[in-house]
Amino acid sequence: MYQTEYKRAGSLDEAAQLVAASGGEGKYVSGGMTLIPTMKQRLASPSLLVDLRHVEGHKGIAVSGQTVTIKGGTTHAEIAASEELKGVAPGFAGLAQLIGDPAVRHMGTIGGSVANFDPAADYPAALLAMEATILTDKREVAASDFFLGLFETALDENEIVTGVRFEAPESSAYEKFRNPASRYAMCGVFVAKRGEGKVGVGVTGAGASGAFRWAEAESALSGRFDVSALDGLAVDEGEMISDLHGSSAYRANLVKVVAKRAAKKAGASGGPEVSGPKTPGGDAP
Amino acid sequence: MTDVSMTVNGRQVTGSVEDRTLLVQFLRDNLGLTGTHVGCDTSQCGACVVHLDGQAVKSCTLLAVQASGSSVTTIEGLAPSATELHPMQAAFRENHGLQCGYCTPGMIMTAVDMVARHGADLDEKTVRDELDGNICRCTGYHNIVKAILSVAQSMQGSGEGQRIAAE
Repeated sequence: MYQTEYKRAGSLDEAAQLVAASGGEGKYVSGGMTLIPTMKQRLASPSLLVDLRHVEGHKGIAVSGQTVTIKGGTTHAEIAASEELKGVAPGFAGLAQLIGDPAVRHMGTIGGSVANFDPAADYPAALLAMEATILTDKREVAASDFFLGLFETALDENEIVTGVRFEAPESSAYEKFRNPASRYAMCGVFVAKRGEGKVGVGVTGAGASGAFRWAEAESALSGRFDVSALDGLAVDEGEMISDLHGSSAYRANLVKVVAKRAAKKAGASGGPEVSGPKTPGGDAP
Repeated sequence: MTDVSMTVNGRQVTGSVEDRTLLVQFLRDNLGLTGTHVGCDTSQCGACVVHLDGQAVKSCTLLAVQASGSSVTTIEGLAPSATELHPMQAAFRENHGLQCGYCTPGMIMTAVDMVARHGADLDEKTVRDELDGNICRCTGYHNIVKAILSVAQSMQGSGEGQRIAAE
């Protein structure tokens, strides 16, 4: 890791001032579960790290009716374990439980994940499917206007993700097909059945431009919330990631398979019994 | 250089470190606590797991300065005395939950955290799921899982849970 300087912010204002004064070389760090490994690989070399973990009031989950607000500094473990959240949006809590491993979930935060927008990050699939709002220290942005491309978001320089807000869907589920070595999503699909028969489908891990909404699947499932509604559909192979873990054709097929499993898990009728990919277990966690 | 100060295994410690120093380096090089291992150095293998304010974290993916002001427990801080093992350490020995022992400190720290969160409700599937971030290349996990479950089960109806959780 290259040399860096660490400062701990007591408030979001202080954090923004510190990064603003760093001449574009400073970065916010929260859990650091992506940033620290990236710095160790020398793929990032911020001259200044401003720690948000100790900012007062930057953590917490509030559920009011069906409206869920999660502050940026909330960890994946806190989201996964929240009884209040499980009560209204168990699909979202279940998604958080599938991020990384227990030690990573204890440190990593939703704000950091949203701000980084890794193409395999899990939250964006759900936030897109639920038409969530991303909250920053300056404004509120619709998820679809926020997530722009690979590691690219609508965040201005020095802008901080302070949280997310969404209406809890009637039912929802996340299905994740993990790379057996890295445990990151090769494809993850979040299906949200929202009011008035509207269904949202968010896909992560597969798209070459990061997470996306699969519009055709959304209208098919909105018309008929049955797994077979997805039968004739296909995503464009040309827009999928192709790498040593899987070709774009493989990923395009995976999107459909995983979307069906997610729909079934979210309560769609029809389809085979859900038997997801073998999750850790067997003899090699 | 930055001055850091934290509680490690109940003892107040201070040190002067470069800001880029990892917590695991601080523990091993500055404090001489070499029980915490560096395996992969990429947050995958879990040999470096310690507890930060009571929660399992990977000390190779955390800066020492981030941990300043916190309470850290390492494998050296688990046993109640020089002659007595922590119940989880005893269970790993009893169940032959290790061969070469390299992953063991991290396994045990993860296991203690797991039992503290789930208590006697811990089942085999959960144990295997939650060992996701700890890699062992000798035993095939079977005896590790057995050891963890035996500690969880021994808590049934006893006050043992609090003791393990409180360390």
